[in-house]
Amino acid sequence: MNGKMENEMELLFDAISYNEGLARVAVAAFVSNLNPTLEELADVKTAVSEAVTNAIIHGYGNVEGYAGKGRPVQKPADGKKPGKVRMLCKLERGVLKVLIEDRGKGIVNVGKAMEPLFTTRPDLERSGMGFAFMEAFMDDLQVESAPGVGTIVRMQKKMTNDPWIEVAQ
Amino acid sequence: MEEFQVIDHCLMVKLPKEVDHHQAGYYCQKADAFLFQPEVNHVVFDFEDTEFMDSSGIGIIMGRYKKIAPLGGKVYAINVGKQVKRILDLSGMSKLLEVL
Ligand SMILES: Nc1ncnc2c1ncn2[C@@H]1O[C@H](COP(=O)(O)OP(=O)(O)OP(=O)(O)O)[C@@H](O)[C@H]1O
Ligand SMILES: [Mg+2]
Repeated sequence: MNGKMENEMELLFDAISYNEGLARVAVAAFVSNLNPTLEELADVKTAVSEAVTNAIIHGYGNVEGYAGKGRPVQKPADGKKPGKVRMLCKLERGVLKVLIEDRGKGIVNVGKAMEPLFTTRPDLERSGMGFAFMEAFMDDLQVESAPGVGTIVRMQKKMTNDPWIEVAQ
Repeated sequence: MEEFQVIDHCLMVKLPKEVDHHQAGYYCQKADAFLFQPEVNHVVFDFEDTEFMDSSGIGIIMGRYKKIAPLGGKVYAINVGKQVKRILDLSGMSKLLEVL
């Protein structure tokens, strides 16, 4: 369980808002053996939450959230399939690499989309801060997208990896 | 405490453990129903139970701010934890809110 440990995880899940929490819990569990600080955990969870939420609401247009107590309705209104989000996590030499992919509508101008406060959905009360948070909380962010094809977000972050096992010895 | 409560012209909104897109729509709609009432002038977001918030939370706060600020209303954030504080600071929301 030290910094040399390598690991890989791949998750494929429905593009529904319920799975935003699932993705956060999964990535948090994935890095937990590196003994991350609370701040690092929060950073990684926030960045993943942003990318996955973008895939769900912008990529696939599944804008509905949980409609309140006792109504976890999670299917697109017109009865079509919600689409899938793929999350690939890798741990290499203490660096966490995360890839989040959707096969949704894609982004016409990636540079513009990544500007803080830029949003195409002010009607949904989005603030245009998602990419800014990913950038702030991770060490590296790359976005690849093509209209009509989908979007891939790649992020990485060096984890402090306190060598608690060595200290204990 | 209840999720929504009106105390002394303030709408108190107790936000959930995880403030994300999954939860946001419900809180926006409910809050707006209260803001319709003429006796409600200010909003207090209570983060006591909140362990996580992403940009969806900014949308909730910003949207309510835009509705009540022109009428002289104020938006407060109370019991703000570390993770939420960073999100508020990074997004510039801390400047619009009274963070207590
Ligand atoms: N996976 C995606 N598929 C299609 N478009 C996307 C995707 N991710 C982002 N976008 C586009 O990029 C814009 C900016 O994304 P960003 O996450 O920064 O802000 P937002 O989602 O609009 O608002 P916020 O994240 O603050 O709620 C979006 O408004 C959307 O147009
Ligand atoms: Mg976003």
